[in-house]
Amino acid sequence: MSNSLIEKGYIEVEDVRNDSNYPSEERFKTGAVAIIECLQEIPCNPCKDACPYGAIVLEGLTIRPQLIEDKCIGCGLCIAKCPGQAIFVVDKSKEEGSVTFPYEYLPLPEKGMSVTAVNRAGEPVCEARVTKVVDSKKMNKTRLVTIAVPVELVDEVRFMKRVEAGE
Amino acid sequence: MRKAEILIIGAGPAGLGAAIEAAKLGAKVVLLDENEKAGGQLFKQIHKFFGSKQHYAGVRGFQIGEDLLKEASDLGVEVLLDARAVGMMDDGTVAVLHKEELIQIAAKKIVLATGARENAISFPGWTLPGVMTAGAAQTFSNVHGTLVGKNILMVGTGNVGLIVSYQLMQAGANVKGLVEVIPRVSGYGVHAGKIKRAGVPIWTSHTVIEARGKDRVEEAVIAQVDEKFQPIAGTERVIKVDTILLAVGLTPKVELAKMAGCALTVEPTLGGHLPYHNDEMRSTNANIYVCGDIAGVEEANTALDEGRLAGLSAARELGYGDDSVEEKKMELNAGLCALRMGTFGEKRLECKERIMKEWSW
Ligand SMILES: Cc1cc2nc3c(=O)[nH]c(=O)nc-3n(C[C@H](O)[C@H](O)[C@H](O)COP(=O)(O)OP(=O)(O)OC[C@H]3O[C@@H](n4cnc5c(N)ncnc54)[C@H](O)[C@@H]3O)c2cc1C
Ligand code: SF4
Ligand code: SF4
Repeated sequence: MSNSLIEKGYIEVEDVRNDSNYPSEERFKTGAVAIIECLQEIPCNPCKDACPYGAIVLEGLTIRPQLIEDKCIGCGLCIAKCPGQAIFVVDKSKEEGSVTFPYEYLPLPEKGMSVTAVNRAGEPVCEARVTKVVDSKKMNKTRLVTIAVPVELVDEVRFMKRVEAGE
Repeated sequence: MRKAEILIIGAGPAGLGAAIEAAKLGAKVVLLDENEKAGGQLFKQIHKFFGSKQHYAGVRGFQIGEDLLKEASDLGVEVLLDARAVGMMDDGTVAVLHKEELIQIAAKKIVLATGARENAISFPGWTLPGVMTAGAAQTFSNVHGTLVGKNILMVGTGNVGLIVSYQLMQAGANVKGLVEVIPRVSGYGVHAGKIKRAGVPIWTSHTVIEARGKDRVEEAVIAQVDEKFQPIAGTERVIKVDTILLAVGLTPKVELAKMAGCALTVEPTLGGHLPYHNDEMRSTNANIYVCGDIAGVEEANTALDEGRLAGLSAARELGYGDDSVEEKKMELNAGLCALRMGTFGEKRLECKERIMKEWSW
């Protein structure tokens, strides 16, 4: 792994692609799947219990979580339970790609809105369209936002420029 | 004079954990805190917590505090709020300022769970209004619903600096950036990732060298530092901010422990001076236990379990419970060990082991 995370505070896309939690090309082809971008050994484990399909294994507490890609259905339930906001669900199986991330700011984006997709460093990557906003009571105020982006940019995009008040 | 079998000072996760376990074994427990709300650091933490499920991971901090307080009250713990312990007498009585009245509480065993206080650093202009600790800003924002400023510079990238930055952004502030004197982000990468994604700069190997303004902060001057942490001339940069927040570490609040004659040691990794203790959380004073951030600055989950250990040990000393308590203590110690693993925990484990090895009374 490069030193980007500890020196700059974010993970380089290459580090994500080289990580053991990065799903295989075959798995990407079958539909939405979670990517767990939790690269340090920290005392944390709620993601394990968050997945009803047993797709996240984590033994002990400071061991890193591992994704069992064939069990994951890409539902996104784990995203809201992760206090590190380190889990994303991506879909690279269709013509248009999509990225789902946790969103805890107000005001909320709305379905259909045009937004600017950004990478892990917060830099603009492309224009995008909000396709889904999930706000369920179970998620305790962490909303899941899905945006549509070109498939080849799915690995880069991890968030969007925040919605300004009064927009 | 009021009497308690076990008096617990500080109602953060450590104090609450101690109260719950001691009361479960049947001891008569009094728990006091200087604030008007119990929970310690927890009641201003609006973010979802780390740790394992047993440690309420994924639950927001203040909700953990409410759950623990309810459990303690249900078990018959007497909770005194707006009650600050101000003195420890030789005979084991504690002087307490309770709602402006001085009262005395006599206890057989005392658990000190007073937590830690935030450090500050000084630089030209640091006394200007607008310079304050990150914790103070967090209290204003999350407890009183007031933002301390609109444009903020955060000093320090430990978990406190990272988390408070994120929370202030959620509350609508504009965090202009974070400076960190060492060449790396010192808190968890996942916390840093959240604020990077939102486009906030993190300047490592940088520090704040001056706060400027007429009646309050109007701008901050930051500069890059060399290997000796000295500012490098020519690298100064002016950032327009109205608030400079300091998140530069915490120091255990050991005053009461000192008054009670508990021997102290120094562990910089754990925040500096702290009372010696063994794996039952007993200090070098046989009747005094210490737990949580006062016994070394760590996290809420470790504080809670250290508190549980202290509560069990104190109650067991007074004759409550049976041999099964030992088993429970072993489990808690094993759990604490597990929490102190991984890249971030190992150093703390090393310190704790050293403190316990050197403990004696
Ligand atoms: C911004 C921030 C974010 C954090 N995030 C996390 C996290 O995500 N996960 C995690 O595990 N930990 C987190 N922590 C750390 C965690 O909050 C602390 O480690 C934990 O609260 C320590 O518990 P404690 O009971 O020892 O002390 P505290 O929670 O500080 O409680 C001590 C209490 O004692 C009271 N007190 C002190 N002196 C006296 C006296 N003389 N008389 C009466 N009362 C007194 C204090 O007012 C306070 O209420 C965070 C801390 C901060 C500041
Ligand atoms: S997306 Fe759903 S199925 Fe996949 S790991 Fe998360 S919770 Fe489990
Ligand atoms: S819940 Fe999130 S931060 Fe915690 S271990 Fe799982 S992926 Fe990492």
